[in-house]
Amino acid sequence: MADETTPVAAAPAPPPAAKSAPGKPTEKAKVVAPAFREYPTIPALKIDSMVESNPYVAAAVHNESVGFPGTLVEGWEQKAVAKMGELLGKYRSLKVYMDSCVHCGACTDKCHYFIGTGDPKNMPVARQDLMRSVYRRYYTLPGKLFPKLVGARDMTKDVLDDWFRYYNQCSECRRCSVFCPYGIDTAEVTMAAKEIMHSVGLGHKYVNEIIGKVHKIGNNLGLPGPALENTLEGLEEDVLEETGAAVKYPLDVKGAEVLLVTPSADFFAEPHVDSLIGYGKVFHAAGISWTLSSKASEAGNFGMFIGNYEQMQKIAMRVREAALELGVKRIVVGECGHAWRVAYAFWNTLTGIGAGANDPFAIQLQKQLDPNYKQPSHICEVTWDLIQQGRLKFNKEANDHRIVTFHDSCNVARGSRMGDYAGGQFDIPRNIIRAVANHYVDMSEATTREKTFCCGGGGGLLTDELLDLRVKGALPRMEALNRIVQDNGVNFMATICAICKAQFTKVLPYYGFKMSMVGGVHQLVSTAIVLNNEQ
Amino acid sequence: MSLFFAILFYIATLILAGGVAYRVYDYARTPAPLKIPTTPAPTTSGGVAFRMFREVVFFESLFKSNLWIWALGWLFHVGLALVLLRHLRYFTEPVNFIIAFIQPFGMYAGFAMATGLAGLWARRFLVERIRYISTPSDHLMLALLLGIAVTGLLMKFVMHTDIVAVKSFFLGLMVFEINPLPAHPGLYLHLGMVVLLMIIFPVSKLLHAPGLFFSPTRNQVDNPRETRHLAPWAAKFEAKN
Ligand code: HEM
Ligand code: SF4
Ligand code: SF4
Repeated sequence: MADETTPVAAAPAPPPAAKSAPGKPTEKAKVVAPAFREYPTIPALKIDSMVESNPYVAAAVHNESVGFPGTLVEGWEQKAVAKMGELLGKYRSLKVYMDSCVHCGACTDKCHYFIGTGDPKNMPVARQDLMRSVYRRYYTLPGKLFPKLVGARDMTKDVLDDWFRYYNQCSECRRCSVFCPYGIDTAEVTMAAKEIMHSVGLGHKYVNEIIGKVHKIGNNLGLPGPALENTLEGLEEDVLEETGAAVKYPLDVKGAEVLLVTPSADFFAEPHVDSLIGYGKVFHAAGISWTLSSKASEAGNFGMFIGNYEQMQKIAMRVREAALELGVKRIVVGECGHAWRVAYAFWNTLTGIGAGANDPFAIQLQKQLDPNYKQPSHICEVTWDLIQQGRLKFNKEANDHRIVTFHDSCNVARGSRMGDYAGGQFDIPRNIIRAVANHYVDMSEATTREKTFCCGGGGGLLTDELLDLRVKGALPRMEALNRIVQDNGVNFMATICAICKAQFTKVLPYYGFKMSMVGGVHQLVSTAIVLNNEQ
Repeated sequence: MSLFFAILFYIATLILAGGVAYRVYDYARTPAPLKIPTTPAPTTSGGVAFRMFREVVFFESLFKSNLWIWALGWLFHVGLALVLLRHLRYFTEPVNFIIAFIQPFGMYAGFAMATGLAGLWARRFLVERIRYISTPSDHLMLALLLGIAVTGLLMKFVMHTDIVAVKSFFLGLMVFEINPLPAHPGLYLHLGMVVLLMIIFPVSKLLHAPGLFFSPTRNQVDNPRETRHLAPWAAKFEAKN
């Protein structure tokens, strides 16, 4: 994939620009990577420095295709406030978090977007306050009586514009929630804000377009079934040529043991596809029959990004339907961060994929799925189990040209788990890497495991008009990477998320790195795995 | 004046107890439809109780987050807790031996509390980021608490009041009898501010105290694959599918 934009050398951020209306970003907004900081000092505030950063507003067709009003509705002020009231009654998180923040400031320096931009509205607490100020005005006594005293504001167009700007500068990565003494999760607030904005007709183009495609075609990229089949056949030929092994990449095979649900980027994007090749090789080497599904040819679930329960459930339901149709025994999810959070933490709730329920809806699925396996499983759990059972063989030297590090993806790290114990999501991918490669180095512990920094492109922000934000938001990760590149000669950063891969591919060059430095864990597995035919 | 304060305390107590009870009820009845513990999270309810214990007693997350805020905040809260315990002697006769035992510590706790508060308040002026997020109410809250602490310490060390009479006033209140409260400006100020604090508690950020126990990112067990978690309003959608 060629990169059209020329990286700009590290330079201080431009001075704050005049405010522009949301939805109309300045054409060709300059993309500037901040300079690496010698010590990780907290940036001075640059008021309004990101006020120009706006995603495109969704057109009426895109809003309506997902069931939202086409454009900003008449009387949106009251409707937005009423929607907030509805959400306060449906989500304990929102209600408790609106009340509980003491403005202690512990979270202020924890967000990668604040670190990269210095815009104070990117401090998690300030981002929450965009909504909390409105909450106070309409739903608390002091806010009704003394708005100035408690920082309460009316729901006005200015406020809405700020919501659209700054709630679209949050990747819902939950880093702030790790550090808040009450666990206040700004992602929950951002999701609620997006839900409210969508409900009054102010949608985010990129996200709504994608949700539309999932419903219409089955995946985020809009790849129809026949194209998928071609791609998979092509992969089989490539792998046969390269390894001499007849590895299969099956589609819609009834009665297969495993249904693999993976982000659609895996089908054609670089470096994603190398991991897909790796999954196929693992199943082949272990002799497990598996299939992809054209109906559920997407693990991603952008319904989460806009905080919409019904969309999230509708998108997840495709997986349930595909599993029932194909009669599989196990459901396995490929390398995708937010998809794994949705699968691990929400699928059982949304679709009954999981265990422990006695309602008829969930029992139907439990009868079919094999209770000896965790449902759903992450592909890394599958591979690590097989490695421990000695069912996979590797030629680790094949990875000797790589000095590898691992980037914990935010949704996996802070919103899910792998294996049997808390923290397995950190160890299992690293264990796999160590089993398939000889050279591994961790990044600074202040930037890994639950303290990991988001790649800067999550939460539905992986769109070109937000590139400047994405580049700046990657700063803390790039600094940590730079340190081990300098000290240890690291030349490969493995990750298990399609968004991380796409984001880093784009952003690495702005910091002077090669975009081919990023890849999947199963890309490393793919390089080293010994296939039966070769022995 | 005694009657005035007696009425104030009855009203404030009602507001505090009723207000907090209502908030707790409101938090408890609001469903958390999805499993959102911040992971890595405990996989058993015993583990969750232990996590919560560490948060409440040690401010564990804050410790990981910012040592300055942790040190000042912890100093203030521990001080506050000891001071509150120490004040129980005004409401009990005979005084429980544990309460009697902590009396001397409670004295120093007053200073700890005031120091913590002063430090936290200084941050609101000195640190640019904290200045940016502070509202007038944040300053007033600290001023109020510091005012309570300082007037209390003044009465203890500088301008003494008749604490035997104070005790008989409060013991009286508990059996609906109004005994005379010493006429002492420091005491009036101290008690007036305490009443104000009690009244604003249920409508202010002081709700962080009950809030913490209801925070889904901290109080949920990480077991979504093993048990199905379904909110009543969300269960409705299943019929449609
Ligand atoms: C379960 C009990 C409680 C817990 C776990 C708790 C915890 C915390 C934590 C972690 C902070 C942030 C750090 C800091 O700024 O000090 C905080 C702030 C605060 N707490 Fe508490 N607290 C509790 C009860 C109370 C009570 C009963 C009061 C007062 C009557 C109180 C008053 C405050 C105030 C005023 C602040 C803000 C300090 C500032 O402005 O910087 N807390 N609390
Ligand atoms: S969730 Fe992540 S992106 Fe959003 S405010 Fe918190 S740290 Fe920043
Ligand atoms: S750490 Fe939590 S309580 Fe403190 S300012 Fe941030 S959100 Fe508020």
